[in-house]
Amino acid sequence: MTQHHDHDHDEASSTLSPIAARVRALESILIEKGYVDPAALDALIARYETQVGPHDGARVVARAWVDPAFRERLLNAATPAIAELGIGGRGGEHMVVVANTPETHNLVVCTLCSCYPWTVLGLPPVWYKSPPYRARAVIDPRGVLGDFGLVLPDATRITVWDSTAELRYMVLPMRPPGTETLDEMQLAALVSRDAMIGTGLPAARESEA
Amino acid sequence: MKDGEAAFPFAGPSLFEEPSRFSEPWEAQVFALVMTLQEAGLFTPAEWARALGKAIRPENAPEAPADYTHWLIALEALLAARGITDAALIGARSAAFLRAAEATPHGAPILIENDPRYGR
Repeated sequence: MTQHHDHDHDEASSTLSPIAARVRALESILIEKGYVDPAALDALIARYETQVGPHDGARVVARAWVDPAFRERLLNAATPAIAELGIGGRGGEHMVVVANTPETHNLVVCTLCSCYPWTVLGLPPVWYKSPPYRARAVIDPRGVLGDFGLVLPDATRITVWDSTAELRYMVLPMRPPGTETLDEMQLAALVSRDAMIGTGLPAARESEA
Repeated sequence: MKDGEAAFPFAGPSLFEEPSRFSEPWEAQVFALVMTLQEAGLFTPAEWARALGKAIRPENAPEAPADYTHWLIALEALLAARGITDAALIGARSAAFLRAAEATPHGAPILIENDPRYGR
């Protein structure tokens, strides 16, 4: 395995790992053949590195907490409801939002590969793509939640949603108690990425400083 | 594990802090290629998911993470099936990029033109 940074190497020349070279090769072939535009690639990378992320999903959750009519639209047809907030992808994926209740906790997985609601959560975490998560989320969801430090009451039912290429699930967590005085932005700050995958819960309200 | 992939389970609070971003530029490039080609209609999201699902389940080997290494494998397979590229073309171009890197001063952008054999 070639080391490509932070290691001693010939100071005079650059190094490229074999896989990086393969990607550069593929990219240059596709650009030459006119399949991709380098500016569009750069723009897409910049968008995912700096703009799209769980803060988008958190805005959706916070709006649903403060606006019952929005919540209803979100649960009935998530893609257009999310688009109301100026969030949305250009892809053909349909979003489905599933709401946690005192009786039911929802957990999202992609058992086939790593289908993920990019447009509201950005890039998936490494564990989401790992074989153990893909396998265990279905057969032992309670155990998986335990690994995340999330212990639910025995009476709480756990529903596992298997994302596909065309259907991406996001969890609408329950609004934490004691947050009645918070505004939408403060509420959004309580919503972690994991709370929207179902492997976590929104942060409890921190006491006022 | 490869590509900075962490094992599972990952107990502890660091789990919640883990940033979801590209660990190396080539990961971002693979991601961007797949998304762009999909948006351009070269393959559908379902075709992509099938290709990736296949790439992470090699015969006679355990199921692999759906990491960007496997994204690249899946993308190459899809493009080969469409007759757009093939392993020989990618291999030759990769070798050229490796030679170009060798000939590029450290810190300067690695351009294919820097390959000593470029254009010959």
